[in-house]
Amino acid sequence: MLNVHRDICGYCGCCVSVCPEGALELIDAYLSVEKNCTSCGICAKVCPLGALEVVNEE
Amino acid sequence: MKSKYDVLIIGGGPAGALAGKTAAEKGLSACIVEKRPAIGAPVRCAEGIGQEALLEFIEPDSRWISAEMHGAGIVAPDGFFMKLESDMAGSKVGYVLDRKFFDRELVWKAAEAGADVAVKSRAAAPIMENGILKGAKIEYCGKVTDVRADVVIAADGVESKFSKWCGIDTTVPVREIMSSVQYVMADIDIDEHSTIFYLGNDVAPEGYLWIFPKGHRTANVGVGISGKKSGEGHRAKDYLDKFVKKTFPNGKTIEYIPGGVSVCRPLACTVADNLLITGDAARVVDPLTGGGIYNAMYTGKLAAEVAADCISKGDTSKKALMAYDKTWRASKMGKAIERNYHIKEYLIKQPDTKLNEIIHSVSKMNLKEFSTISLIKEIIKVNPKLMLELGALAASLR
Repeated sequence: MLNVHRDICGYCGCCVSVCPEGALELIDAYLSVEKNCTSCGICAKVCPLGALEVVNEE
Repeated sequence: MKSKYDVLIIGGGPAGALAGKTAAEKGLSACIVEKRPAIGAPVRCAEGIGQEALLEFIEPDSRWISAEMHGAGIVAPDGFFMKLESDMAGSKVGYVLDRKFFDRELVWKAAEAGADVAVKSRAAAPIMENGILKGAKIEYCGKVTDVRADVVIAADGVESKFSKWCGIDTTVPVREIMSSVQYVMADIDIDEHSTIFYLGNDVAPEGYLWIFPKGHRTANVGVGISGKKSGEGHRAKDYLDKFVKKTFPNGKTIEYIPGGVSVCRPLACTVADNLLITGDAARVVDPLTGGGIYNAMYTGKLAAEVAADCISKGDTSKKALMAYDKTWRASKMGKAIERNYHIKEYLIKQPDTKLNEIIHSVSKMNLKEFSTISLIKEIIKVNPKLMLELGALAASLR
C-alpha cells in the first residue's frame, strides 16, 4: 500500500498529475489516497521531497 | 454562492481569475471556487514572466512585482557563462512577480467585474445527468452543495481532477513531469536584475536550475528535474540542497516550495460537452521553459469568451465549444508550445558535452526581441550544424 509521510509531504500535487489511476487527490493541505490505488509507485518516484512510499502489506 | 450560474470556474489561479473576469464582463453570472483558504497561497511557481506577455493582460504594479529583469544568463554544464541582453541595453525584459499578491489582484479584478468568489470551496465531483455535465458538487467546511452551470471551466492546476472525473485522460507521463523544489532565499549575493539558468546532468537532469531575483538580496532558487530521473537519494530536493550548499552557504531559506510542472504536449482535446479546460489543467505550460502564467491567463480569458458566445447561442455542446480548442492551438501561444516541445525533446537528449559546445559558441548575446525563440534562432545562426540535427523542426525556426 501507499504510505504518505505527512511530515515530509509539501502538498504540491506533483504526484496527483502522474497517477494513472486517478487515485490521488490534493485536498487543501493533505493528500488523499483512494481505494483504487494499485501501489504502482509512480508517485513515489516523482515526488520532489520523497514523501511517498510503497510498503508491502504483511 | 448561488445554486446556479452561467459559468462555474474551478480554481482561483491566473486561468480561473481571467475566466471569471472575462465571463462577468460579458454579462454572464460566474463563480470562481478555490479549494484553498486563500487566493495566491501557497505559491507553486518561480514567478517569472516576460514584459510583453504581462502587458497583454495587466499594467505592472509595484504591489505585486518583486523585481524587474534586464537580462538573463545561462550557465553551461562546465560552468561557462553566456550572458543575454536586450538590444536596448538596460531596458526591462521581464518581471519576477509576487504571486501571492498578483493572484489576489487578478481575482479581485474578477470580483470587481461581478464574479462571485468562494474560498475553501472544493469541487468534490461533477454533477452528471444522462452523461452530461451540469455543474459541480462543491464542498465548503464539510458541507456539500450542488452548484449548477451551463458551462464549467476547469482551471484546477497541475493537480487537476475535474476533467479526469469527466472522463478525460489528464495523466502526465512520468518523463514529462518536472519534479521541482524552490527555496525563497534571503541574504544572498546575486545579480538583482538577471534571471540565471543552470544546465547539466549533475545540476538538473533533463531540466534546469534557476535563480530568479526578487529584490533586496532575495531570490527564488529552484530546480526541476524529469520525473524519470527522480528517485531515492537523487530527488529535486537533493539537487537543490547540493547547489545551495555550494553556492549560497550563508543564505537563509525563508520559504520552502515543492511543485510539479508538466512539460508534455497539451491535452489531446481541451473541451467536452459543457466543459472547457484551461491553464496547467489543460497542460498548456511551455514545455521548454516551464512557464505557465501567460498561457493560463490567455486560455482562461479565451475560454470565457467562447463560453459567452456559445451560451448566447444556446449551444454549449462539445462541438460548439471546440472553437476554444481550435483558437488556442492556432494562436501564437499554441504554435510556441508545439515548436518548443520539439526543441525540448531535442535538448534533453543532448549530452553535457554537446550543451557545452552550443553554449560556448557565444559568450554574450544581444537579442532584438528578448524571447526563447529569438535566443534559439541566434544560437542556430552561430551553430549552422544544428540546422541539420534539428531536421524538419529547423524549417519552422527560420
